[in-house]
Amino acid sequence: MTDSRNKTGSSSGFNRRDFLRGSGAAAAAAAVQTQAAQAMQDSGPAIVRGSQKIALNINGSQHDVTVEPRTTLLDVLRHQLDLTGAKPVSADGSSGASTVLIDGKPATASTILALTAVGKKIQTIESLGGDNPDPVIQAFVKHDAQQCGFCTPGFVIAVRAFLNKNPNATEAQIREGLNGNICRCGTYANIVQAAVAVVKGA
Amino acid sequence: MKAFEYAAPATEKEVLQLLSPEPSRTEILAGGTDLVGLLKKLVVTPDRVVNIMEVESLKSIQVLPGGGVSVGTAVTLDVIAEHSCLDVYPAVRQAIHGINSMQLQCQGTLGGELLQRPRCWYFRQGRGLLSTEVETGANRLHAILGNSGPAKFVSCSRIAPALMALGAEVRVIGPGPNDEKRLPLADLFQTPQNNEERENTLLPNQLVTHIILPPVAGRTCATYEVRHGEGPEFPLAAAAAALRMDHRGVVETARVVMGQVAPIPWLSSEAEQVLLGRVVDERVAEQAGEAAVSRATPLSENTYKVQLAKVAVKRAILLAAGLDCGDFRSHARQIEELV
Repeated sequence: MTDSRNKTGSSSGFNRRDFLRGSGAAAAAAAVQTQAAQAMQDSGPAIVRGSQKIALNINGSQHDVTVEPRTTLLDVLRHQLDLTGAKPVSADGSSGASTVLIDGKPATASTILALTAVGKKIQTIESLGGDNPDPVIQAFVKHDAQQCGFCTPGFVIAVRAFLNKNPNATEAQIREGLNGNICRCGTYANIVQAAVAVVKGA
Repeated sequence: MKAFEYAAPATEKEVLQLLSPEPSRTEILAGGTDLVGLLKKLVVTPDRVVNIMEVESLKSIQVLPGGGVSVGTAVTLDVIAEHSCLDVYPAVRQAIHGINSMQLQCQGTLGGELLQRPRCWYFRQGRGLLSTEVETGANRLHAILGNSGPAKFVSCSRIAPALMALGAEVRVIGPGPNDEKRLPLADLFQTPQNNEERENTLLPNQLVTHIILPPVAGRTCATYEVRHGEGPEFPLAAAAAALRMDHRGVVETARVVMGQVAPIPWLSSEAEQVLLGRVVDERVAEQAGEAAVSRATPLSENTYKVQLAKVAVKRAILLAAGLDCGDFRSHARQIEELV
């Protein structure tokens, strides 16, 4: 395969032969979903380009979405599934406002390409709401842990992720654990208070 | 983001097949915490992105026969920090803890941390890695050592100083399908002299697959970062030290590497010379710090970093020797114990 690529004269320098045949069609979509698990075929590893249909496991159910390789998970959540809890604040994830759980671990959806999330369990802030909201949300309300509220969904899910792993965390540990999230209003004191209250079961 | 092709190969060989021999045509994606931001800002504009997170061999942590550890470059930092094999390499764990963001630790990988692009804001604004604006511009976070050439940015890896102090090696594959070599981690980094060079020595179609830590062999080690605050920002200066001391505490071998001060992780032979044959105490550690920055050539706005780098070296050495480094954290601990 390497040899054949070296001989191609295509302007991009890549061997187009290996591209997914019929990209953009349903056949390609099926291939995308299985490509991760697929062992290398004689034709070489699958290459994806253009729009693809993929299925993402979000909050316990499968969602069919159409993405390009450059589409971020955050864009899919907000623009295609109307899950607008995760927020676009920083392009590089440094604000933590787009935090979601991926296979139980916190990650910033703004720095995740949607294609890389295929086959993973994605949990967004919306999964913690509903009629019986998560204790973290209740504590945020009780302790007035928001001002403008833009960072709040990211903070709530970060607190959830941190306490899942450290259910008996001290205040100092909580402060350190939430370092990946930024609140420009400066509501940190109340946020930490809320998290401490969850630990104490108050 | 510019449109690009995407592939998620399952084996190391497939990764090599997918990487272009031409610079900048393909980018390797691991955790995405650095690359996706660069793609959005069009700082990098590859034709293809190759996701290596489906390659199982890159996700292993193996204790090697005879001691030492091999860590795959796609292992996430949280997994490494919690692994018991790191118990004897506290410098590495301290460096990962310093990153201070759950999201970065859970999503980011060892390979990505080591090979993340420089944080230089001129570079991140698309003005190139060797922007001539730095010399007279906003250079307070730039290099104070190794900055006589066109490169003024700093190597920003948090973990590289610890790994280099411990004498880590890397396994590199490519460009040919059967090409494989092991080299010292230090040889992975370079100071670019022109716009064709990056801050690492890899060919565009080479891949770092594993980091190999040698047996600890009686050495002690520590990382110390000087930070602006307790947040997730990059430290202003950092140092890692690895020492072997005899039963009287006399230093037999020493390696001190500074981070955030030069375009490469900066190995200080000057600090090593101060330490060899002596028993570490505060004065000796301070002398080593002074020696480490003795050749510093700060830019217009970063003279302050010389002092911070000196302190980082001093404290890393004290911690590696099992002594109190006297920073605010140890004061806070002492107060806590009193209360």
